[in-house]
Amino acid sequence: MEAVRATEIMVAAGARELRDGQTVVVGLGLPQVACVLARRTHAPALSLLLEIGVTNMNPVDTPIGLADSRIFYRATCWSGFLDILGMNLHRGVVDVGFLGALEIDRFGNINTTLLKEDSGKLRYFNGSAGGNDVASLAGRVIVIMRHEKRKLPTAVAHLTSPGFPGGRSRKDLGLRGEGPQRIITDKAVLGFDRGTHQATLLSLHPGVELQDVIENTGFRMETPKTVPATPLPTPEELRLLREEIDPKNVYLG
Amino acid sequence: MAKKSQTEKLCSLEEAISRFVPDGVSVAMGLQLESMIPFAAGHEIIRQDKRDLTLIGPISDILFDQIIGAGCAKKVVAAWVGNVMMGSAYNFRRAIEDGIPRCLEIADHTNFTIALALHAAALGVPFLPTYTAGGSSLFSRNHGLAEFEAPFTGEKMGAVRAISPDVTIVQAQRADAFGNAHVWGNLGASPDAARAAKHVIVVAEEIVEPKVIASDPNRTVIPGFLVSAIAEVPFGAHPSPVQGFYNRDNECYREYHKATKTRQEFETWLHDWVTGVKDRKEFLQRLGEDRVNSLKVRKHAWSARADFGN
Repeated sequence: MEAVRATEIMVAAGARELRDGQTVVVGLGLPQVACVLARRTHAPALSLLLEIGVTNMNPVDTPIGLADSRIFYRATCWSGFLDILGMNLHRGVVDVGFLGALEIDRFGNINTTLLKEDSGKLRYFNGSAGGNDVASLAGRVIVIMRHEKRKLPTAVAHLTSPGFPGGRSRKDLGLRGEGPQRIITDKAVLGFDRGTHQATLLSLHPGVELQDVIENTGFRMETPKTVPATPLPTPEELRLLREEIDPKNVYLG
Repeated sequence: MAKKSQTEKLCSLEEAISRFVPDGVSVAMGLQLESMIPFAAGHEIIRQDKRDLTLIGPISDILFDQIIGAGCAKKVVAAWVGNVMMGSAYNFRRAIEDGIPRCLEIADHTNFTIALALHAAALGVPFLPTYTAGGSSLFSRNHGLAEFEAPFTGEKMGAVRAISPDVTIVQAQRADAFGNAHVWGNLGASPDAARAAKHVIVVAEEIVEPKVIASDPNRTVIPGFLVSAIAEVPFGAHPSPVQGFYNRDNECYREYHKATKTRQEFETWLHDWVTGVKDRKEFLQRLGEDRVNSLKVRKHAWSARADFGN
């Protein structure tokens, strides 16, 4: 069998964060792959909500792709923002939210808006979309992203979506949910300390050295004495990912 | 406000834009995110060289980027601006980073705060409360958001100021000549934006008899009495998808990304696909019959019939 790719470890780790019967708000990309994988394995009763107003899509011929009506095939409900982001997410019945990030800092604050170049010039990217809403309101937030030093700074250049701003309690800021709980990268899985709200190392992907992760993380991070290995995807998970969920390598490639 | 009774409002897209999108107004569009974006209407706005518009919409994909690049916009009120498939939108970045072709003001939202802002206007209230966005940079970059202490509970909450667009442009699958519009698929913030606006322009794939609309009234997302103008424009949302009519033209978003990296390249693109083109019909001819046909829905999936009898 072909060697296991980092993206496959990432989506399998993401899938394992989900419990059967949970309600999840998910965006396109690796998070969506992780959710579909969970639903096809241990969590068949997972409810997947897309912020645009799609509940439990069942795509047949193009399982994963861009925001195309083909992907939303056989959804059980089509509604809109007020339903998904309001009457589900805002009401507090969404267990898990998945997000990506341009930058995420040690307190789990996310930037998807702009970066400051060394010259001081601002470089704009895209903004929050529904990211801030998921970060503010979901029960647990899981971030999936590439592990690069510049993407993991001590403090984000712009706080698009809140984790634990200033290391403060979310409740004091009027936020709901437990906030960011995991950062799943192509090298490791990070968690957050319940007391300090700072990111800590939970596991290293097989073959990744601790030093590599430390050097590629922009903030100082608590590391356990012995770091466990992130579990590899099972053969069945790999088969599902490669043959059925993303055979064209739209996201896993 | 002019009374919009049960009268025919069918007109050309050119006339609809000319009458209801004067310079300086705020325009909401692209309210269903990646689906059903009124590109034909946006291109008509560019052709008529509208100025000083405020664009309102959650993300709009590349439509806002095109209108910004054409110099028609002075402000964007949005949760996200870019090319969903490719990431950055170059005209947006040139405008906001370097003031090219003109300076652009931006009011940052999240998808939910912009939906709430439109919902507030649709309800006729000045603001709505929310828990979202606490502690984020949003509050410093958008004067329409403020922290306040909630009555009754004393909680710290965010207040989202109502947004009432001068005109909302909604893409629909079908509508009758009175503007009653059937829309299906993901609706995003469309129903709220239509009810929040002073005027609504409906751009429909096809105009049908009123009895078709009345046969399935639950599918009427925009009732005609709210509508000021209705235009029939087949493939009016291309390259975005319209459920039941055509799929997303992914290649178009890739091409646009490649063809707009520099200002000069964008000007060529704009001439080739917008200003040098008379209307959507000519745009589709330029796109080519094969490509247009390849996007059409072929594997139909009809809904079950619903009995509205008595």
